[in-house]
Amino acid sequence: MNITLKVWRQKNQNVKGNLVDYKVSGISPDMSFLEMFDVLNEDLINKGEEPIVFDHDCREGICGMCSMFINGRPHGPKEGITTCQLHMRSFKDGDTIVVEPWRAKAFPVIKDLVVDRTAFDRVIAAGGFISVNTGNAQDANNLPIPKPQADAAFEAAACIGCGACVATCKNASAMLFVSAKVSQLALLPQGQPERYMRVQNMVAQMDAEGFGNCTNTGACEVECPKGISLENIARMNRDYLNAKFIKEEQFK
Amino acid sequence: MGLTGLFLIMFLAVHCFLNSFIFFDKTGELFNVGAHFMATNWLIRAMEVVLMLGLLLHIYQGLRLVFMNKAARPEKYAYHNGQANSTWYSRSMGLLGTLLLIFLIVHLSDFWTTSRFTGIPTVDANGHEDLYAQMKESFSNIYLVILYVLAMVSLAYHLLHGFASAFQTLGWNHNKYTPIIKAFGFWYSILIPLIFAAMPVYIYLGL
Repeated sequence: MNITLKVWRQKNQNVKGNLVDYKVSGISPDMSFLEMFDVLNEDLINKGEEPIVFDHDCREGICGMCSMFINGRPHGPKEGITTCQLHMRSFKDGDTIVVEPWRAKAFPVIKDLVVDRTAFDRVIAAGGFISVNTGNAQDANNLPIPKPQADAAFEAAACIGCGACVATCKNASAMLFVSAKVSQLALLPQGQPERYMRVQNMVAQMDAEGFGNCTNTGACEVECPKGISLENIARMNRDYLNAKFIKEEQFK
Repeated sequence: MGLTGLFLIMFLAVHCFLNSFIFFDKTGELFNVGAHFMATNWLIRAMEVVLMLGLLLHIYQGLRLVFMNKAARPEKYAYHNGQANSTWYSRSMGLLGTLLLIFLIVHLSDFWTTSRFTGIPTVDANGHEDLYAQMKESFSNIYLVILYVLAMVSLAYHLLHGFASAFQTLGWNHNKYTPIIKAFGFWYSILIPLIFAAMPVYIYLGL
């Protein structure tokens, strides 16, 4: 396959970047999108040019590291996958593909296609945990949890923090991410003592990071590689309003 | 946004119900009775103030959202395929709302300011202010009729996203009720603007 790429090149945060055209040839349809970039980078290195910097780690769709805004969508045209799981057979020979980094005020570009996603870490640090010493693992079923509740918590916990929700949202809102991290604990008994403090602290941190607001377009849910549902956002809104108007939880 | 939106949605139902009186009485006397009640009942007059405040708050919230959300992405994508994952009207609520605001300015200066401030010149057979005559006069202008119909198309799309979205914002999500809210919201968003749009057309055509 022969592909024309328009890739965002940006030296660092302080200089302006631009799209640069690259032609890659001899691409196998069975290559992943990242492997195609490996081929391009080897080519660039052989020519003595600076290779394109991009994020990647496990390359099996579970780490959430690979980003890339491909042809106007995070992780490319397919749904429910990360960029490493996107294969070149999803494109046609001779296609032109535009590749950009995630764009949000809270995700500044470090270099080329790599953005700084530590804003997510700070949101987690603001309350996405339970403050007890968990000790050894308990016996199974020691703590009864209804099956639908456990399933919903598990589905929320599938979030890999890749940032596709922020990237695709027209408002660069992080509501899907934050709501998944709020929900996975709000649904389980261990998360109850800090439930209403947690939601307030995490939302406050989310706002402080400069993410946008949710206008319920639902784009995040479609693009999420792990299928995190909008129901989590409703749950977070519910808990947040509950905390602000009904419960008298202190928040730091 | 959600609360003020739902409040305005409720107003639409009342407004639509009263105005639909024009379809049932050719002389417009029934409609004028409704208009007279709305203009003189103290509870309605008090609600009118709340409604105005609700509308202004809704506009303020909308503008605030637009500016905050623009600031959240200072550098735009060269290519963003929005239609792949969301509807165009869910992404254009600000634009649709602005069109509605322009319409509202025309609409309020047409009917509201006359009935409240400058006064309606004629009275009908029952001695009520003849707002119906006012309506007939306004809707003899084809451009105004077209403006009203287009505004109702904007309203339909604004509601198609706004109705269910308001419930989501307030966290009212439920396995049983959310599908009902979505279905009801869909038909509400189609029917209410359709009935509204039928009014100027009905009067213009003199049916």
